[in-house]
Amino acid sequence: MSDVTDLGIAQLRDGIRMGTFSAREVADAFVVKVSKAKALNAFIVETPDHAIAAAKETDAARAAGETLKPLAGVPIGMKDLFATKGVQTTAASHILQGFKPVYESTVSQRLWDAGAGMLGKLNMDQFAMGSSNETSYFGNVISPWRRGGGDNAPLAPGGSSGGSSAAIAARIVPGATGTDTGGSIRQPAAFTGISGIKPTYGRCSRWGVVAFASSLDQAGPMARSVQDCAILLENMAGFDPKDSTSLELAVPKWEANLSGNLRGKKIGIPKEYRVDGMPPEIEALWQRGIDWVKDAGAEVVEVSLPHTKYALPAYYIIAPAEASSNLARYDGVRYGLRELAEGQNLQDMYAATRAAGFGEEVKRRILIGTYVLSAGFYDAYYTQAQKVRTLIAQDFENAWAYCDLLLTPTAPSAAFALGEKSADPLAMYLNDVFTVPSSLAGLPAMSVPGGLDKGGLPLGLQIIGKPLDEQGVLDAGLAIEQRAGFTARPESWW
Amino acid sequence: MSVDTATVKKVASLARIAISDSDAERLAPELNNILGWIEQLGEVDTSSVEPMTAVIPNTLRLREDVVTEGQQRDAVLQNAPQGEHGFFTVPKVVE
Repeated sequence: MSDVTDLGIAQLRDGIRMGTFSAREVADAFVVKVSKAKALNAFIVETPDHAIAAAKETDAARAAGETLKPLAGVPIGMKDLFATKGVQTTAASHILQGFKPVYESTVSQRLWDAGAGMLGKLNMDQFAMGSSNETSYFGNVISPWRRGGGDNAPLAPGGSSGGSSAAIAARIVPGATGTDTGGSIRQPAAFTGISGIKPTYGRCSRWGVVAFASSLDQAGPMARSVQDCAILLENMAGFDPKDSTSLELAVPKWEANLSGNLRGKKIGIPKEYRVDGMPPEIEALWQRGIDWVKDAGAEVVEVSLPHTKYALPAYYIIAPAEASSNLARYDGVRYGLRELAEGQNLQDMYAATRAAGFGEEVKRRILIGTYVLSAGFYDAYYTQAQKVRTLIAQDFENAWAYCDLLLTPTAPSAAFALGEKSADPLAMYLNDVFTVPSSLAGLPAMSVPGGLDKGGLPLGLQIIGKPLDEQGVLDAGLAIEQRAGFTARPESWW
Repeated sequence: MSVDTATVKKVASLARIAISDSDAERLAPELNNILGWIEQLGEVDTSSVEPMTAVIPNTLRLREDVVTEGQQRDAVLQNAPQGEHGFFTVPKVVE
């Protein structure tokens, strides 16, 4: 039998249903892969017992002739931003080291209710702040990909969902959860040659997801095919009364309705995304994407999103402002780390705990957020950023008069080497130039692999849709996937 | 505008993060660099624009004013760094 760890979510689900292999065989095979892949540092905690328990339940249900659940026996990875009952949840921060939630996040609970099992908690950028997975307290995640020509420099798997992207690309998990605040699902997906979708803001409950910037944070799936993303998203999304921004809407049948036929669709190419200094390989990839969607029947039109260049600076006010408020809860009192020297008072304890518990990038963003919200600066920074955000959302609204979807590159480059950008926060922030605008507007957006650069590294294409049109986004993703024929995979060195 | 080390220390104090003098000196130019870049937002004419409050139109729901998940003191205290007699404990704040 071929190796089950080469299979995706749909193939595993169907194989278990048909009895081609047992859920236990699948779980055992992935557990071994995970345990042997320590060099990637993709996991903070491994939970083989969880995956095996779900598999046993599935095999027993099948033996009893019961109808199997939608994800019965499929093991997945869980980003460490999701609270998992009794399993350490840290957001990759020292300040939450040892924290074992007494509750389960809504999204993870939905996945377990659908029959999935958990292989472990995936490493990430600390509090989801980063684009390279270099801000985790638990060490960098190493991308399974390497540049060609014997260059073994460790590469960034993208961030913040870098443990998720690395694990999926390395085939040690078939799929995983991610979260996306400004590109944290799409950029790592692009860097590692996999797919990932951020749904419309409000589709997935934020309850039990460690908060970074609440008006932007959205959970979404990452996997190696568009169909697999659709399956996972169907089992993550849905109304949750415990999240006040959760949308009270039924979950569409995204998988059943998938179609790569784009006849009748208009796809917009935003001219402002042709940024100065765009590498020719990214331009060429974009053109191939345009040709593929035309081949699938779509009409391609140029559109304008005039406020695009202001999206990143607006984001770097809004996200740190919300983070500085959200992260005020880490005070050394109710959970997590406490630093208290003999003779210190309560204020000293707060300051010492937060100094010891937060990483450098987290502190930087809390300080920026505190500054822009402080008396005298609030209107100049925060209110102005929220007004610009309105204009960015209006840009998209205006574009929908001319098209149904937008096609852009996902990131301005292929994966860079670890350490290459970590000394310059601004250079790092610019990685999210193509993903942040749709985050600010709350729109569904996905990245699919489009090909390799000349160094043999994956490049991604992004599709952005109207609010609630995940189906349109997935369909265009599928049309590209069918034409890109992306089969490259990293050679195992781990 | 420019952030000096005194401002960095003040903001850090507001954010309850202890920082050393050398941290403040290192952070001042870093934050200035980021804030300088952010200031390009000032170019945008927003005089007739409302600040965004919700990305997707949604109404806040009301629920019955009843206890939903009460009686969970021990669970709530389970992850406390320090607790006594069913309470969180902190250094003495009143003399």
